[in-house]
Amino acid sequence: MSPSRDELLWMYENMVTSRRFEEAIAKIYFEGKTPVFNMANGTIPGEMHLSDGQEPVAVGVCAHLKEEDIVTATHRPHHQAIAKGVDLKRMAAEIFGKKTGLSGGRGGHMHIFDPDVNFACSGIIGQGMGPAAGAALSRVLQKKPGVAVAFIGEGAVNQGAFHETMNLAAVWKLPFICVIEDNAWGISVSKRESTAVERNDVRAAAYGVPGHYIEGNDPYKIYDIAGEAIARARAGEGPTLIEVETYRLAGHFMGDAEGYRPEGEKDGLFEADPIPKMRARLIADGDATEAALDEIETKSQARVDEAIAFARESDDPAPEDALTSVFA
Amino acid sequence: MTQSNERKLTIARSMAEALAQEMRRDEKVFVMGEDLAALGGVYGNTRGLADEFGTDRIRDTPISETAFIGAAVGAAMDGMRPVVELMFVDFFGVCFDAIYNLMAKNIYFSGGSVKVPMVLMTSTGGGYSDAGQHSQCVYGTFAHLPGMKVVAPSNAYDAKGLMTAAIRDDSPVVYMYHKGLQGMGWLGTEEGAIVHTPEEDYTVPIGKAAIARKGTDVTIVSLGIGVHHALRAAETLAEGGVEAEVVDLRSLVPLDRDTIRESVAKTGRLIVVDEDYSSYGVAAEVIATVVENEITNLKAPPKRVAYPDVPIPFARVMEQFCLPNAQKIVAAYKELQTA
Repeated sequence: MSPSRDELLWMYENMVTSRRFEEAIAKIYFEGKTPVFNMANGTIPGEMHLSDGQEPVAVGVCAHLKEEDIVTATHRPHHQAIAKGVDLKRMAAEIFGKKTGLSGGRGGHMHIFDPDVNFACSGIIGQGMGPAAGAALSRVLQKKPGVAVAFIGEGAVNQGAFHETMNLAAVWKLPFICVIEDNAWGISVSKRESTAVERNDVRAAAYGVPGHYIEGNDPYKIYDIAGEAIARARAGEGPTLIEVETYRLAGHFMGDAEGYRPEGEKDGLFEADPIPKMRARLIADGDATEAALDEIETKSQARVDEAIAFARESDDPAPEDALTSVFA
Repeated sequence: MTQSNERKLTIARSMAEALAQEMRRDEKVFVMGEDLAALGGVYGNTRGLADEFGTDRIRDTPISETAFIGAAVGAAMDGMRPVVELMFVDFFGVCFDAIYNLMAKNIYFSGGSVKVPMVLMTSTGGGYSDAGQHSQCVYGTFAHLPGMKVVAPSNAYDAKGLMTAAIRDDSPVVYMYHKGLQGMGWLGTEEGAIVHTPEEDYTVPIGKAAIARKGTDVTIVSLGIGVHHALRAAETLAEGGVEAEVVDLRSLVPLDRDTIRESVAKTGRLIVVDEDYSSYGVAAEVIATVVENEITNLKAPPKRVAYPDVPIPFARVMEQFCLPNAQKIVAAYKELQTA
């Protein structure tokens, strides 16, 4: 399955938007946190998990998804949220903890919920699996269209929720796809040290479902394999397990000194940055001109600037709003 | 009290009836959990329902509580109204993330933009020598964590009405039924739980306690099977001229603090009966509810008759020694008199 020209440009645009968004967040994150880094201080307090480098996974999968389809994301959700069409302004405001945020500041960056596009998060490793399978079951029971994608990290496959949900989804033949973003590191412990198999696609055999491993953080290949899996799910043929080799260009969280990385590891990563690579390929393949891509980048930057300005200018929530929305 | 159109049901039958009526009324309601379809539930809560509704809607699951409770959260957020059964509440240890980090927090973390209309029904309680991984109540554990409503019926009327209310609620409700009240025979039968239950659907409001017996001399607050211990103790006390008022909490979250306070304001004495572990639990919360509001109307320090802070033992004599019962409540009242 190959992406159309429009899909390619959509993918590129969303990768760029995600990167520009996270660059802005990264910069603002350190406001008020220097010279002494204290996570509780600054414009954006709390933990911050950035996804730069992992954008191809989000766009390669979400290029096939419609608004009605469901995505559950992780503690590192921005690229997935952007690719699923989550409201960027309200997401930015949520990350800033503002009243205008998606949940009025109650959730922050690890708890992004946008029911308009069926997007939800959990900050707990592997725990998006069950809800995604349940949403898929809901569509089957209601005879309504829709597939559910659970994005997880490679560390999450060692959680019970992964095994339980893969089995459940397979035995019920649900329209469910598990996409593992293999960025090789669970905080500071490498995949090699934590995981008994080199590639998690082999685990698909345990559930009698197709498994794929995609090398090279390549949005074209991801689009291809994800497209097959999603078509299969839409046709009622059940779940698929996909693992994608990707890279975390930043640390696990902002402020992570990354002392655990072997020396020189990141040099290679930045050379493999998927965004300039895709840009070069789009031009080489004749899918876009320099000017057209420049225009996309300008547009993305403007969208990001607008979202960040919205977040900055929004009011803080009233403190006592903390006591509301516990129940429906 | 005998009624002309009396129709007595066990709690198990009344729960099944509530489920069936709600499933007929709303096709978004479905039930999933272990051993619900062919077996009809280990405690009979879905007996006969798979025949009427099929195994898509009365759905057996793998032994994967994390997956199917997490799935219920996802289905509820997608517009369904799932009822899931956690066979023994003791099993919450294998799946609590799905319960307290997903089910209980997704409404809040969405700022109210999503609803999680699901019911987690789960069995509680011991007394039949099943030891400490199959006999706990852990009411306090669930009631302590925000974001879940928690109910615990003591009789079939409330069981049906609370189940109907729970299914219709847009927030998650933990429905904790006591095995000793199910009327299953093989788990022992508490006759007091088998009461008149109307055939038509109705709700019992979540968050409203009931006065199970009126009295003037002491307030005994309890829930589930403890209500029956309290009623028996009240009969014994009445023989000595003491009129106990028995408050059946029915809901732990929200807790009907007004009813508790009003009763104690009248009687001046408080005993709380709780089969959950004594410390940091329901009994302490009920006592705090009274004393942080007003202490001048108390004639004696409040007492709790609760499970000691030990794992639940197997041997009959040891377990029975630990469990609350009517004699212990009567003894607690006598201590109040000498205090």
